Amino acid sequence: MSRRQDRHQRPAWSGPLGLYASGTTWLHRLGPGAKSVGLAVVGLLVLVVRGPWGAVLLLAAVTVAAASAGLRRRNVLRSLLPILVTAGVVGLYQWWQRGPAIAVEVAAGLVTVVLAACVVTATTRSDHLLDALGRALAPLRHVGLPPRTVALSVALMIRSVPALLATAGQVRDAARARGLERSPRALLVPAAVRTVARARSTGEALAARGLGD
Amino acid sequence: MPVAPENDAVPAAASRVPVDPDAGGRALPVPVLRSSAATDVALIATFAAFVAVCALLPSIAVPNLAVPITLQTFGVMLAGVVLGPRRGSLAVLLYLAVGLAGLPVFAQGTGGLAVLGKPSLGYLLAFPLAAGLAGLLVGRARSLPTRWLPVAIFGACAAGSLLLTHPIGISVMGARLGMGVQEAIAAGATFLPGDVLKNVLVAVVATAVFRAFPDLLQRRP
Repeated sequence: MSRRQDRHQRPAWSGPLGLYASGTTWLHRLGPGAKSVGLAVVGLLVLVVRGPWGAVLLLAAVTVAAASAGLRRRNVLRSLLPILVTAGVVGLYQWWQRGPAIAVEVAAGLVTVVLAACVVTATTRSDHLLDALGRALAPLRHVGLPPRTVALSVALMIRSVPALLATAGQVRDAARARGLERSPRALLVPAAVRTVARARSTGEALAARGLGD
Repeated sequence: MPVAPENDAVPAAASRVPVDPDAGGRALPVPVLRSSAATDVALIATFAAFVAVCALLPSIAVPNLAVPITLQTFGVMLAGVVLGPRRGSLAVLLYLAVGLAGLPVFAQGTGGLAVLGKPSLGYLLAFPLAAGLAGLLVGRARSLPTRWLPVAIFGACAAGSLLLTHPIGISVMGARLGMGVQEAIAAGATFLPGDVLKNVLVAVVATAVFRAFPDLLQRRP
């Protein structure tokens, strides 16, 4: 069950590195925790700052930061395209309903947060971000959720996605062979049952190795 | 190999859970069934992956419905119903955390923190709560006769989506887009028909899963 084979079936799954683009700029070198805090600050500022000029200024600042990350413009535009369309539609609607000031504020606010988040995602390896999340969740060990278990769950989930995609492909082939490829029941029931069966045997394998307890 | 439609739906059932044909299909006491923390971890992680697969698969085109629906909410509600409130909402939380960390597991192969800025953020935030509520309600309804189980599951899912997913999703969308209450509700209502359909699917699929693994319904930690 090689990853290359799965990628052949589903190009959307781009592997464990996710949407990261390698580089050496200051944003790449900054730690994931600091970047997450920065993103939260941007999000708060968008909520707090009122008026079109503040929103545009914030958008300009984030754009400058994004330009300094040395990302490929085409990739950034591709991940921004959906929110640009949304911002355009909502901006036009709000212009018509409530005037240009609100329209600019809402549209610029949307693009600002999504652009900042895209930059954080593209300059931070997802395994580093997950490590930071694990460290942030470390206090949960007092309520019975040790960080090791969190890390194990993340690893198990990432491993399971390609396997389940392959299962979904098999189930679809089986349904097609019976002429049922348009029946949601014939597609989803075997996929769900096999998911539970897979989880059960994974759990037995973990218990046999003394993991997860 | 000729396979009847029902056969491949229950591949592991025969070997795992003996069913007494004389007892009207009810499950016998299972000889060895360790409900360990390892199994819980595996169930949570695998169902988080299942939600990701549901969101990634090409959407099912539904006749009489203009927009094709993705199965993301189907996976979320199924996790809640099958795993119960605690494990179900943990599975959905794991899915959200991995997606926010940048793996492309959200609908249309997107991922990363960018979803935090999108107007649809509220729906994502409501998912673990809705899955938890649906799992809780199904746990309450497990003493019902078997033939009422699908109806109970559908009701639990409808409660989860109508009480939590849509109100939270619509509020966040309205706040982010600067809309009034009525505008936001009108925009959010476009998701309702697909949602009803997906909850019907959850009821059908979860009933089949409970038939294959009856202990999932009986023990819900």
